[in-house]
Amino acid sequence: MTEAYIYDAVRSPRGKGRPDGALHEITPIDLASQVLAAIRDRNGLSGEEIEDVAFGCVSPVGEQGAVITRTAILAAGYPHTTSGIQVNRFCGSGLEASNIAAAKVKSGECDLAVGGGIESMSRVPMGSDGGAWPIDPRSAIANYFIPQGISADLIATRYGYSRDDVDAYAVESQKRAGRAWAEKRFARSILPIKDVIGEVVLDHDELMRPQTDMQSLGALAPAFQMMGTMMPGFDDIAIMRYPDVEKINHVHHAGNSSGIVDGSAAVLIGTKEAGEKYGLKARARIVSMASIGSEPAIMLTGPEFAAQKALARAGMDKSDIDVWELNEAFASVVLRFMEAMHVDHTDINVNGGAIAMGHPLGATGAMILGTVLDELERSGKSTALTTLCIGAGMGTATIIERVN
Amino acid sequence: MTYKTFSVDIDADGIALLTIDLPHASMNVWNGGLIEDFAKWVDDFTTNDAIKGAVITSGKKSGFLAGADLTMLGGAKANSTKEAFDQAFALNALLRKMETGGQSAKDLSSGKASAKPVACALNGLALGGGLELALACHYRVVVDHPKIQLGMPEVMVGLLPGGGGTQRTPRLIGLQNAAMMIIQGKALDPATAKAQGLVHEVVPAAELIANAKAWVKANPKVTAPWDRKDFKFPGGAGAMDPRAVQLFVGLNAMAHKESKGNFDAIKAILSCLYEGSILPFDTALRVESKYFTKLLSGSQAKNMIRTLFINKQAAEKGAGRPSGVPPVEIKKVGVLGGGLMGSGITHVTVKGGMDVVVLDRSLEDANKAVDYSRKIIDKAVSRGKMSKEAGDAFMARITPTDNYDDLKDVDLIIEAVFERPDVKADVIKKAEAVIRPDVVFASNTSTLPITGLAKNSSRPELFVGLHFFSPVEKMPLLEIIPGALTGDRALAAAFDYNAKIKKTPIVVKDVRGFFTNRVFPPYMGEAMKLVTEGVKPALIENAAKSLGMPIGPLALLDETTLQLGYDVMQSTKKELGDAYQPSGTENFMELMVVKLGRKGRRFGSGFYDYDAKGERLSLWQGMAEHYPLAAEQPSVEEVKQRLLYIQLIATAQCFEEEVVKDPQSADLGAIFGWGFAPYTGGPMSYIDTVGLENFVRTADNLAQRFGHRFAPPKSFREMADKGEALYKAAA
Repeated sequence: MTEAYIYDAVRSPRGKGRPDGALHEITPIDLASQVLAAIRDRNGLSGEEIEDVAFGCVSPVGEQGAVITRTAILAAGYPHTTSGIQVNRFCGSGLEASNIAAAKVKSGECDLAVGGGIESMSRVPMGSDGGAWPIDPRSAIANYFIPQGISADLIATRYGYSRDDVDAYAVESQKRAGRAWAEKRFARSILPIKDVIGEVVLDHDELMRPQTDMQSLGALAPAFQMMGTMMPGFDDIAIMRYPDVEKINHVHHAGNSSGIVDGSAAVLIGTKEAGEKYGLKARARIVSMASIGSEPAIMLTGPEFAAQKALARAGMDKSDIDVWELNEAFASVVLRFMEAMHVDHTDINVNGGAIAMGHPLGATGAMILGTVLDELERSGKSTALTTLCIGAGMGTATIIERVN
Repeated sequence: MTYKTFSVDIDADGIALLTIDLPHASMNVWNGGLIEDFAKWVDDFTTNDAIKGAVITSGKKSGFLAGADLTMLGGAKANSTKEAFDQAFALNALLRKMETGGQSAKDLSSGKASAKPVACALNGLALGGGLELALACHYRVVVDHPKIQLGMPEVMVGLLPGGGGTQRTPRLIGLQNAAMMIIQGKALDPATAKAQGLVHEVVPAAELIANAKAWVKANPKVTAPWDRKDFKFPGGAGAMDPRAVQLFVGLNAMAHKESKGNFDAIKAILSCLYEGSILPFDTALRVESKYFTKLLSGSQAKNMIRTLFINKQAAEKGAGRPSGVPPVEIKKVGVLGGGLMGSGITHVTVKGGMDVVVLDRSLEDANKAVDYSRKIIDKAVSRGKMSKEAGDAFMARITPTDNYDDLKDVDLIIEAVFERPDVKADVIKKAEAVIRPDVVFASNTSTLPITGLAKNSSRPELFVGLHFFSPVEKMPLLEIIPGALTGDRALAAAFDYNAKIKKTPIVVKDVRGFFTNRVFPPYMGEAMKLVTEGVKPALIENAAKSLGMPIGPLALLDETTLQLGYDVMQSTKKELGDAYQPSGTENFMELMVVKLGRKGRRFGSGFYDYDAKGERLSLWQGMAEHYPLAAEQPSVEEVKQRLLYIQLIATAQCFEEEVVKDPQSADLGAIFGWGFAPYTGGPMSYIDTVGLENFVRTADNLAQRFGHRFAPPKSFREMADKGEALYKAAA
């Protein structure tokens, strides 16, 4: 099969996903099209070479609806020959979109394609698209539907992660993100976002709090205790599904969970020949890709299975991976992954993650794929595995290998 | 045209007054006759131009209409799913035809057509199909009386309101109110119904018909709100309205956790509400009937209707009462013993409209029963559930005493003194010395055989066992135990007394533990065995709850106290001597009660830790030091099966030994005695549902793996071999 190579990765900074966030005035189309324009322009392309664009978006309604990818391509001034598809695999959407672009390249459908994602959470709030999963009684009851925060607390309870454990993880995430920014480790990928008069409105990840310590986190109340124990009482449902648990230990809060932010990212993927033809320099090879389904109530344990599948498909062992990147949806998700996969904390999320910088749902997967590629180049290491936990019990993973 | 189930009088304005009055029935219900008549009338009404509108009311003092005849529903037979649907949809179609006047929804919403007005004059309770008839009328007026119940209790017997109730209710009062009403099966009073928008007017009884007629006269052309173009659900609906989305997420979760996902009807009701709120009205009605058909053809509704409605009602009406004995009049009861049981019995007896003389060794002890009721009554008065006068009148009916002479004019004696044969013998003699010779003497013993106690009586034919459960005012079951010499009059008195206190009675053979206390200890024992095997206590508790038991067995053991279990074990050992058969939990009980002093909640600790106020904190972690957790934990299904089958086997054993003489009594006793999963219809219904052969095979398998205690009784094996069922007819 044809090999797929990553030629470039660009991302916007992440703005606070609130009305006072720096990117709130930027429409989702504008945000996505600035990223799409950048990945075209900085590689000296006209756009015509890019045959298809797959963008993740988790709330594809309102101004993110109607295949936002196509609208953004047109807004970015691509020729009308470039097609676009909008992808939704919840939090894995951005990585899945990159995998789709890679798959198109590998299968011979495209020579050059773009994967990525967009989510303006300040403008199209999470959950705007509804969905049968939690509201249709036949689905909600059969699947023991509980919100993700309860699932994250269930993971902490089942695997014995205390409040101190998850808070300590969060403090470290902030510290690593702070260091990464101080050392300009994201410089190659970051695209400052401009307003309609061309002024930069954001050039850094807005959410970070590098000064965070155990004491400041300790002051935060558990975020999911009320809905878990009182109305409507999701804990009982978690326990019905996992009946060896007596009580859910509610440890997560805003400080050790991923932040709500606006952001967009794009990854340029193509064949070796396309790179040669357009004078592009390959940065990494896509080694393998995998998606899996896992038990939907605990929901967020999918990454270990996705990672195992991606490793197996590549004929690799986990010791073959130099750098791990797992989206920090909740601290317990990463702690569980490290325990299940025997991954040392020093080798995973080395530049912080979504707890510090935020998780723009549809874009994150593509963002962290770029982050880990930057890190391979910075550290001189060779292989990386990127993965995310996903709503309703799924996981997506991608293994890449640096090629220069 | 003439009808058998109602009269129709057309007045000078052309308004038909339809008065439902089923012949030979104390209450109106939807039965075959009424449906047939109603179909004819709807045809006439929609086509006869001389009739301008209608008022529907009831000729019964007992109320408007109490729902469908459940014996009819329970016995419904259909040869195909399609036929079952057609049967289920018949009433829906009929009510819809009345509502639309036979016009299409399209013509109604465009204003091209309208229906003739139908008003419902609710003279009293309207439940289930009764309320659904009212909801299909264009106007509802109800008599102003707080005791009138307007509700849809179908969920209690595993069904859903299949006459448009799941569709019209949310369109009138919003999804949230409708869900509360239909899922919980709780009735509204007229004032609440009006405030929510379920009825239009509440008027004095004398104005009822006039009010309804006036509305009909003033509104000659009508359409139901949901047939109008501008209709919107109050409070939002569907899959996109954020209010409805939030509501359904919460409703699903609450229904799921409360029902443990065990009740098919609750899930079906939720689906009717959700799916129906997205659909046009006529399609929504069809979907409702489809879910209704599914429920009716499933085992849960059949089992629940049989046990929780038909057999329960039959038992409460005195099915086990000897016929031919004239009613035993009971106005005043002598209760012996002012302890916990005596106090509870005193309370429910007064509540049943009788006077009580409660006697104990000292006036101070007797007064404990007064204090017991006082506490309950004060609470009711302070919460506005009872007037102060009614509370005072209640208390005035209790006379505490330490003097046997005060018992001389009682009509029944119930003793609830200490469980020691000599103490019992003493009070029997002393009481019989003063009471009238025809007065029945009942013993509330839970452990001592009635025949033995009756030996202390000078008139053993008037001696009977009445086994109450604690707390008496809350527990619904009463075991009636005839001893060897108990006569019909004593048995009749027990039933006549029960009819007043409104418990669910079952007749039980005079053996140690009677019925419920034969099954309950092995169930508790199994839970303890699981603990000693190193099964996580949380898994045991959650498995029982997911079976549908109201509380985990370990929490329950803490409530009833391990001390009590230990005491019973010790006394049984002593009494039986060499004949005592170890249960296998002796060492465990010894450890908990004697060595560790973890005797139960009342003592501050047990399987759980408690705070100073007795609030349950969490499972005691120290258990693992004595019984280390097994490295490999059983699946929850396996734990559930053991906890279920230990109850099934013990119940089956009792049935084989004729401790309970029919499956009906066994099922009622299990559900109302120890909270056996009600959605099954009881252990005997459960066995029939899975099939005797399957039951025997599973029990054999469990016996092989976990011990002889799971071995199925011989007679059950024989019945399985013959392909029989426990409920012989219409099983």
